This record gives sequence, structure tokens and C-alpha cells, in this order.
Amino acid sequence: MSVIIDKIFSFATKYIAIAILFLVAWIFTVLFQHSLDAMEAFGFDFITETKWAPNLEKFGALPAIYGSIVSTFLAMLLAVPLAIGVAIFLSELAPAKLKSPVGVSIELLAAIPSVIYGMWGLFYFVPIVRDVFGGIGISMLTAGIVLSIMILPFMAAVTRDAMNTTPDILKESAYALGGTKWDIIKDIVIPYAKAGIIGSFILALGRAIGETMAVTFVMGNVHQISTNLTAPATSIPVTLANEFTEADTSLYYSSLFELSLILLVISFTIISIAKFYFLRNKRLAS
Amino acid sequence: MTHTQKRIIINKIVMTLSTLSALIGIGFLFWILAILIFNGMDALSWTIFSQEGAPPGYEESGLKHALIGQLMIVGVATLFGVPLGILAGTYLSEYGQKSHLAETIRDISDIMMSAPSIVIGAFVYAIVVTPMGHFSGWAGSIALIIILLPIILRTTDDMLQLVPSTLREAAFALGAPKYKVIMQVVYRGAKAGILTGILLGVARVAGETAPLLFTSFNDNFLSTDMTDPMASLTVTMYNYATSPYEDWQKIGWAAAFILSMFILSLNIIGRLLLFKKKGR
Repeated sequence: MSVIIDKIFSFATKYIAIAILFLVAWIFTVLFQHSLDAMEAFGFDFITETKWAPNLEKFGALPAIYGSIVSTFLAMLLAVPLAIGVAIFLSELAPAKLKSPVGVSIELLAAIPSVIYGMWGLFYFVPIVRDVFGGIGISMLTAGIVLSIMILPFMAAVTRDAMNTTPDILKESAYALGGTKWDIIKDIVIPYAKAGIIGSFILALGRAIGETMAVTFVMGNVHQISTNLTAPATSIPVTLANEFTEADTSLYYSSLFELSLILLVISFTIISIAKFYFLRNKRLAS
Repeated sequence: MTHTQKRIIINKIVMTLSTLSALIGIGFLFWILAILIFNGMDALSWTIFSQEGAPPGYEESGLKHALIGQLMIVGVATLFGVPLGILAGTYLSEYGQKSHLAETIRDISDIMMSAPSIVIGAFVYAIVVTPMGHFSGWAGSIALIIILLPIILRTTDDMLQLVPSTLREAAFALGAPKYKVIMQVVYRGAKAGILTGILLGVARVAGETAPLLFTSFNDNFLSTDMTDPMASLTVTMYNYATSPYEDWQKIGWAAAFILSMFILSLNIIGRLLLFKKKGR
């Protein structure tokens, strides 16, 4: 009897685990199948065309792709230096009494859902951007800033973890040679944890590019490519969030599915890069 | 200026900058928390819990429909996602171990954990909403299950691996079959860790908005029928906050407050559980 249960149990766990692989393959397949109409109609022009006009059945993804890249780039530009600062503070500077409460607050900040960041951005950050930089406040710049604040806690926490892998004995030897804290950070901690730190930045980048709610509130969903950062813009997730329930023709749907597919491929690639960077680092550490 | 003086000055500058960025980071946390508490407390009242949605301008307007909808969507997702995730995680830790297959599942799950959730929404739209012909609570739950699965799977895997193999060997030596060893020894040893994983996973999916936008959609009235479109706190919050009506925006803040407190409590309880375990 127990032999049979044993077999069933191992069988069930195995196939549920394998089902995850099939699920991921299924997601790619379904998105691809639903994109076929748009792929046939536009081909590669889909990603180079700048015009997105549902009423004319003309769909070009370039403004959304451009918006995704620029807003994420802005977010990284602002968040990376701050995250390094916070991580240095948490791993090397903070007195033992502060380390844990500050670290936990940063982790809790990372747990707050992105829709809250978006709402906060809309009511409290949009007016600030409007007053300081001009424009209507709903803009690429606002999206970049809100996104940077949203990814900062995650990035800081992972960067801190990477820095914490540096063995104390290495740091102590450097202190014994008369190094200052900064000497230890730049010559011991950063070189030692480099792979992990870069991995955490790339992972944060992968998350930021697919983030929807933090930016949907403040970006405006306007399909235009403007070098003016205070102008409203759109990104792939923002377009999806705003237009999915409005699509009324099959070509419109198909274009939105192709956008989803592009987003999934981009973030899968970025996250895989980070992941394999991490793995290499972990193997080195152990 | 000597070389040493220069190094000391640079050191001071960097230390100040780093402390400053920590202060900025924590400053934002307190800013957001303060706004949530201030606006949330201001908007909270008994009617929020006792009344359903109402058109703008009505006094008797609340979030009862969204609270119940949220509990049902997340509850159903937990009910299916957690056992499936635990079983799959059990395979990785107890059967697959370091095999190629297990490592591939781990890698793919790790990537899925950071994959854009709105894409999951599009996928569920294609496989559930389109065949059904309309939005539904089930579709929302299915989207959340897909997001929850890899999280539970990876935490279970990690937590089971922490159980010392001597415990397993002792049970095997007594002649217990593998499933009994797993159920009665390994699960018991990893109980706190698995529970923490569940709490953090549920907290994560409870805050998801993007995958619900076009799966469970929204409903301004109470509905407990999972085959119908269903309100959730997150989507209601999004709709109310972006509306031009001040009373709706206020209710949006109440929703934001309730949701954040729920998610933060789950996170804090989860951490305490692990902490207690470590302390022993």
C-alpha cells in the first residue's frame, strides 16, 4: 500500500514541477499565436513605425519601446547611485543598532505594492514636477522618478546582500594596513562583490522595464517620441494597461499581444543575464 | 596636503554621501507611510466596510464589494497556488535535487518571479477571458496563481533543503517510506520557513494590480459569483484614484491604506516567524 502511495506522491510532485516549464512555454506560444495577425500585417515595421493610430488600423510600437527604454534608463540613473549609497551605509557604515531596523524598513518599502507608488506619484509627485520642471506634470520624467523610487529599496537590499558576502577577514586585513573605510569599500568590497552588485542592478532593471502600475498613473499614455522629458509619453506596460480593454478590432488586439510578447522577451533576456551573473557569483562564493 | 590627509577627506565625503542617500531612502519610506496613514485615516469610516460602491457624490459609498472581491480572488489563488507550489518545491528539494531538470525548473521559476505581471494578465485574457466571452473572478485568480506558483516553489525548495539530511536518514532507517519521511519529518522541520514563504507570497500577489486589469476587471457592486467580473481593492484603487471625483479619490486612499496595512502585516508576521525560528 505505502509503496503505491510513495509512487503516486513522487509522480505528482514531479509532474507539477515539470508543469511549470510547460506553463512558461505555453505563455510564449499563446502570446506568439495571438501576435500573428499583427506580425503578418506589419512585419518588422511594427518595431520601427512611430505612428500608433487605432482608428486608422495603424500600429507602430516604437513610441512605446522608446518610452520603456527612456523611463527605465532615467530610473536607473537616479536609483543606482542612491542604492549604492544605501547599501554601503547598511553593510559598512551603520552602527549595529541601526543596521537591522533600517535594513528591515528598506525591505518593507520593497514590499509595498507598486500601485501605491503610482498613486503617491500621481497626487504628490506630479505637482512637484509641474512646478519645478514645467509641463503638465504627467510626463516621462515623472515616470522615471517614481520608477526609481519604486526600485530603490529592492536594488539597495540586493546590493547590500551582495556586499555582505565579502569575508570579514579580507576587510580586517585591509583595516590593519591602515586603510580608511572608503579604501576598504573601493579596493576590497566592491571588487569582491562586483558580480553580485552588477547582477542586482540588472535584475532591478529587468523588473523596472516590466513595471506597470507605478508608471501608468503618471505617464499619460501618449504615443509620441519626444526628446522633451516633461512631455507625456507611453511605455509598453502603460499602453497595455490603458488599451487592452478598449481594443475593438482583431488587429488592435493582435498588436497589443505583440507588445506583450516583446516585453516578455526583453525582460526574460535581461533577468536571465542577471540570473546567470548571480549564479556565477554564488558559485564563486561557495 | 599629504596623501593621508587626502584619503581621510575623501573618506569623509563618501561616508557623508552614503549616509545622506540612506537618509533619502528612508525619508521616502516615511513620506509614503505618512501619506498613507494620514489620507487613509482621514478616509476610513464604518461606511467604507459596510457599503458597496456608489456613483460619485453619494454619501453611502464604500469598499465592501472590493474587500470581498479581493479576499475571494486572492483566497482562491492561495488555495490552489500554495499546495501546487509546495508539491513542486518538494520535488526539487527531495527528488530532483541537483539534477539538470530540477536546476532548469529553478532557473525558469527565478526568472518568472521577476517577469512582468501584466504579460501574465494578457496570457490569461487569451486563454480564459476570450473563450468564456467575459471577464471573471476565476480569470483573476488564475493570473495570480501563475504569479504565486514560482514564489512558493522556490521558497519551499530553499526551506526544505535547510532540513538536515540526518533527520531524513534517521526516519529512513526506521523503515519509513519516502512520502512519510517527507510529510512527517521534512515538512515538520521546515514548517516555519514554508509558512513564511506562503505569507510573503500571498502578500506579493495581494498587491498585484496589472494582471487583474483585464482578467477579473472590476465591478462597482458586490458580487460573490466567481464567473462574473469582480472588484478588487487594487483595481478599484486605480479606477478611483484616476477619477476626477474627490470623494472617489478619498475612497481610493482608504483602499490603499487597508491594502498596505494588510501586506505590511503579512510581511512582518512572516519575518517574526523566521526570526523566532532562528532564535531557538
